[in-house]
Amino acid sequence: MSITSYNGSALIAMVGKDCFAIASDRRLGVNFQTIACDFQRIFKIHDTLYIGLSGLATDVQTMHQRLQFRHKLYQLREERNMRPETFASLVSAILYEKRFGPYFCEPIIAGLNEDGTPFICTTDLIGAKQLSKDFVVSGTASESLYGACESMYKPDLGPDELFEVISQALLSSVDRDCISGWGGIVHVVTPGQVVTKTLKGRMD
Amino acid sequence: MECIFGLVGDGFALVVADTSQVQSIVVQKTNEDKIMILDSHKLLGVTGESGDRVQFSEYIQKNILLYQYKNGIALSTSAAANFTRGELATALRKNPYQVNMMIAGWDKDVGPSLYYLDYISTLHKLEKGGMGYGAYFLLSLMDRYFEKNMSLEKALELVDKCIEEVRSRLVVSPPNFVIKIVDKDGAREHSWRRTVEDKQGPPPTAAPIASPMAEDISVQS
Repeated sequence: MSITSYNGSALIAMVGKDCFAIASDRRLGVNFQTIACDFQRIFKIHDTLYIGLSGLATDVQTMHQRLQFRHKLYQLREERNMRPETFASLVSAILYEKRFGPYFCEPIIAGLNEDGTPFICTTDLIGAKQLSKDFVVSGTASESLYGACESMYKPDLGPDELFEVISQALLSSVDRDCISGWGGIVHVVTPGQVVTKTLKGRMD
Repeated sequence: MECIFGLVGDGFALVVADTSQVQSIVVQKTNEDKIMILDSHKLLGVTGESGDRVQFSEYIQKNILLYQYKNGIALSTSAAANFTRGELATALRKNPYQVNMMIAGWDKDVGPSLYYLDYISTLHKLEKGGMGYGAYFLLSLMDRYFEKNMSLEKALELVDKCIEEVRSRLVVSPPNFVIKIVDKDGAREHSWRRTVEDKQGPPPTAAPIASPMAEDISVQS
């Protein structure tokens, strides 16, 4: 099996009206054996910036630790939080540093700019940034996820509708991928608050 | 075929490991202790490449004790698990250690905890987990019979069920297992589950065989 499908993962981020939602599955597996159904793939960088990391679980954890370290240092120096575009460039630079021995993870960055407009982007495992206006997906179920998102997505959805759309897209896609799924978690972020909900899906 | 598993119960955590040391097709010994006591309230059960297993677990143990001596306070289980993960992760892309681990500990504020740590340094906190070929059988047994906050008696019943399953269904199953426990009273060995005894020492002396060529036979004992 390929190294990026060793642990299994599925991630989506979607843009709504002055809000964004980021969702992931919860399975941690080793090839076809499931180890846990509460693995964390989405990490909060600050109140309005989240990063989701798909791919090899050990690199997910290492990348999260490195990025958290860099952001905390940035906060100490600049006395403010990083903007989403800046953070995306940081992620891209950190990944490209390991160009000839990469981290096997593909991040999704989702945040709100200072004016409240949502920002999402994804990069590949060596840091090629891909900005998007509507949605980004990542993980072993990415092909299913692209299809589900393309058909279900509508622009300018409110937080509640966005939650429904992203949850349905995630659950229907991971049901077609045997190494991702086993539940889901969704964060819907608006300028004032974050609503986190766990999804009950097929546990198989 | 090494096997290691663990579970968390009411105020305690158990780690169970097989105790066979195998080289190719030869079983060198059947009482190899693979669960290291890191400090007063932590256990580190390790399986994998024998040299890496011993070297890496001793390295972790010494560093955990060093922290305690330097800073006057012991590491929490979570900190020890993350430290171990960091060491494995740093070595991963240089000269990787081929060891799988279960780390168990007891902290005053958190209670018992169990961590799964892969050979590619994937760390995850679990209530029950296992590694090796044996895990293919006992993970589903644990899914069926494990409850949160089990008493020690019920947990040992589950452990015995798991060991029976591994013994009966795994093709080259290890004969002996050791069970270690960590709770508020500390980390210690709990018991063994043996089917084979390791014979120690030279064989007992026997009388020399009488030979027609010998003129005088004297038996010394």
